[in-house]
Amino acid sequence: MFRMANPARFMRVSAAVLPWCAGATALLLAGALILALFVAPPDYQQGEAVRIMYVHVPAAYMASLVYVVVAVASAVALIWRHPLADIAAQEAAPLGAGFTLICLVSGSLWGEPMWGTWWVWDARLTSVLVLFFLYLGYIALIHAFDDPTRGAKAGAVLALVGVVNLPIIKFSVDWWSTLHQPESIFRLGGPTIATSMLWPLGVMALGFTLFFVTLLLVRMRSRLLAAKIRALRLAA
Amino acid sequence: MAGIGHFLAMGGYAIFVWPAFAIAALVMAGLAVQSVAGYRRRRRELARLDHEDAP
Repeated sequence: MFRMANPARFMRVSAAVLPWCAGATALLLAGALILALFVAPPDYQQGEAVRIMYVHVPAAYMASLVYVVVAVASAVALIWRHPLADIAAQEAAPLGAGFTLICLVSGSLWGEPMWGTWWVWDARLTSVLVLFFLYLGYIALIHAFDDPTRGAKAGAVLALVGVVNLPIIKFSVDWWSTLHQPESIFRLGGPTIATSMLWPLGVMALGFTLFFVTLLLVRMRSRLLAAKIRALRLAA
Repeated sequence: MAGIGHFLAMGGYAIFVWPAFAIAALVMAGLAVQSVAGYRRRRRELARLDHEDAP
């Protein structure tokens, strides 16, 4: 794992992997869009409004998944002081904030026709809003210090403290009464959602995941290039 | 053409469904453009510096 995390090796491996990731992302997202808009059936209760699910659910899943990436990378950075780990955490965070924003806005657009309200201050919606602010706070904090290593350390600590929010998001629909429906996919006893909807949802979620991986690689490569540029400038 | 109109109407939910897809497209395209543009800028910068280094 640590040999993989050597920056020179990372540049070599990521250069080889990147075109495949980008190509697969484009194919999956295009395919998922066709499935979501044309192939998946309308819901017997929600009608065509259910198509918002194909944006909302993958975005929600990514919002939490990317936070796990930020937190794990932060832990690795704090414990082993590996420079690539800090870069991974810092470059993943804006992507996670983007997915969380998509989740919140699409959820609002789904809530109005189905619940009759754009927003309620219930546990699920509020904890996801907290996740959004955690991302923003993390991004602000890492840039708040003159010394970037201190910023990175403070950010890593915040990211780890924020992990408590993840189980709150996940179980909020079971612990508190809420307008939000309970978990229908990753649940004991299997999904309760129809296969004809689960399948397009899975392709979209995979597309979102690869989109994240592709952009994370691009952004990490970009950061390593920036470090190289700084080193060259200092040497000149 | 009724087919397209019917599709765009999204069973009366057009004003909710299309903005939801639009926000996803907008945010994801924005992130992609920002990430790739920064990467390309640094690659050009590095190429320029390498060039200056060479005699």
